[in-house]
Amino acid sequence: MRWRAALALAVLAGLGAQAGCSRSEKTRIVLTGSSTIAPLMTEIGRRYEAKHPDVRVDVQSGGSSRGVADARQGQADVGMVSRALKPDEADLTGTPIARDGIALIVHRDNPVQALSRAQVVGIYTGQIKRWSAVGGADRDIVVVNKAEGRSTLELFLSHFQLKNEQIAAQVVIGDNEQGIKTVAGNPDAVGYVSIGTAEYDAGRGVPIRLLPLEGVEATHANVQAGRFPLSRVLLLVTKGEPSGPARQLIEFARSAEVRDLVEQQSFVPLAP
Amino acid sequence: MLSAVIVLAIFGLVLAEAAPLIARVGPAAFFTDAGWQPTSGRFNLSPMLWGTLLTAAGALLLAGPVGVLTAVHGRFYAPPAWARVQRRVVELLAGIPSVVYGFWGLTVLVPLIARLAPPGPSLLAGILVLALMILPTVTLLADAALAAVPAEQLQGAAALGLGRWATVRGVALPAARAGIGTGVLLALGRAVGETMAVLMVCGNVVQVPESLADPVRTLAANVALEMAYAMGDHRAALFVAGALLTALAALLVALAAVVGRRHAHG
Repeated sequence: MRWRAALALAVLAGLGAQAGCSRSEKTRIVLTGSSTIAPLMTEIGRRYEAKHPDVRVDVQSGGSSRGVADARQGQADVGMVSRALKPDEADLTGTPIARDGIALIVHRDNPVQALSRAQVVGIYTGQIKRWSAVGGADRDIVVVNKAEGRSTLELFLSHFQLKNEQIAAQVVIGDNEQGIKTVAGNPDAVGYVSIGTAEYDAGRGVPIRLLPLEGVEATHANVQAGRFPLSRVLLLVTKGEPSGPARQLIEFARSAEVRDLVEQQSFVPLAP
Repeated sequence: MLSAVIVLAIFGLVLAEAAPLIARVGPAAFFTDAGWQPTSGRFNLSPMLWGTLLTAAGALLLAGPVGVLTAVHGRFYAPPAWARVQRRVVELLAGIPSVVYGFWGLTVLVPLIARLAPPGPSLLAGILVLALMILPTVTLLADAALAAVPAEQLQGAAALGLGRWATVRGVALPAARAGIGTGVLLALGRAVGETMAVLMVCGNVVQVPESLADPVRTLAANVALEMAYAMGDHRAALFVAGALLTALAALLVALAAVVGRRHAHG
């Protein structure tokens, strides 16, 4: 009786395996994690699939912690993590694919040249209400914040050790372009957006100015070099050294072939 | 028939996504929580419901009278050639995509308001942009309703020696009341659901505004702003906002149907 059950199971398992094979001859690479990286990896995955028709790239977001957990437990081939790995995550190998930096922006006509950390915190929590308190005109400050759930907001909050509830904003915006248009149209506004987008627009004559932070200029190059304080690295993590199809995909994601995709998502490529 | 099925299917889907959260935290949570911090489990939607109602009502207050008077002018006062031009322009106004209104609001209107009553993105900006957007709906439907007033009634008024304004006020407007009412309610429905333009000019701060210069966030803008990055309960709460918005719009459409029918028969 028992061997019969075992045989039935074996047959079923065999059938299952066969069905699995015939359904998809394709190699499947599963990526999970950071919702900041997910849109980028979806685009990169699409391009990779076009070049390798036998591979399917499956991207699911769910936060950096999920990326770490899934890569560790083998739920995903590759985890997406939008921060440096912590000491207790040394069992994982993180490979950077791009960097992400945020700049504070003001209107070009605003005389304020820089804001200290304390001033930024004061302005965003509503304790500093007038530009005159930080060396500007005698006018009300218009604080521009990001909508809940955006990764730019998350990075901004964690850098200044703020909670979103503490922020007293006059304008809440969605994407970077909306933030730039809001500041460009209001000489009293201050906001923060991805450096890639801000630098591009400022270079094309949009009346905004990127403020330096802690003495470091907000530029592409400084983000690239890891010098700019309000920036982070975007990692693909694997359990141990990456191997097989996952490794090929990671190498592709680091290559010059996807540089345009990285820039499209307003991230900063690793190499100059 | 098909479109009815699709609408019901969409509403069903929205409710299905919203239901688990409503069942867990209770419907009251969406009106009594300490604020809107969905990632910390606080889901108060009422400031945004107010935002939606105030922008829509304000827009209607402006666009309603202007729209009806424009239609009256076109039908009873303007030379026919000019009235035709006017009608074409209003139709063109109706065809402009909402994002264009939003862009105009963000680059022209908001900086203007910022100079007069900072910060700029505000309830007022939302009302003005929305008023412009629903003006064509009000005008065109009022125009159609006035055109449908039987000629005999107008000729009767003329035979009685009534002046032009007395004819409009005493005969044409009462006869066209149902059509105008329907138009106003449909316009209100559009104002309630409008998203892109409002999102661009209203400032989107979650608060009950104390003045016209205060920023507000509407339910529709809330969904559009946060949906792309929302997960779990946050996502479900946005579906609750969507369901609330759908219910509001459905109520307005039903009201429009009732108004239209009652006067058509009475």
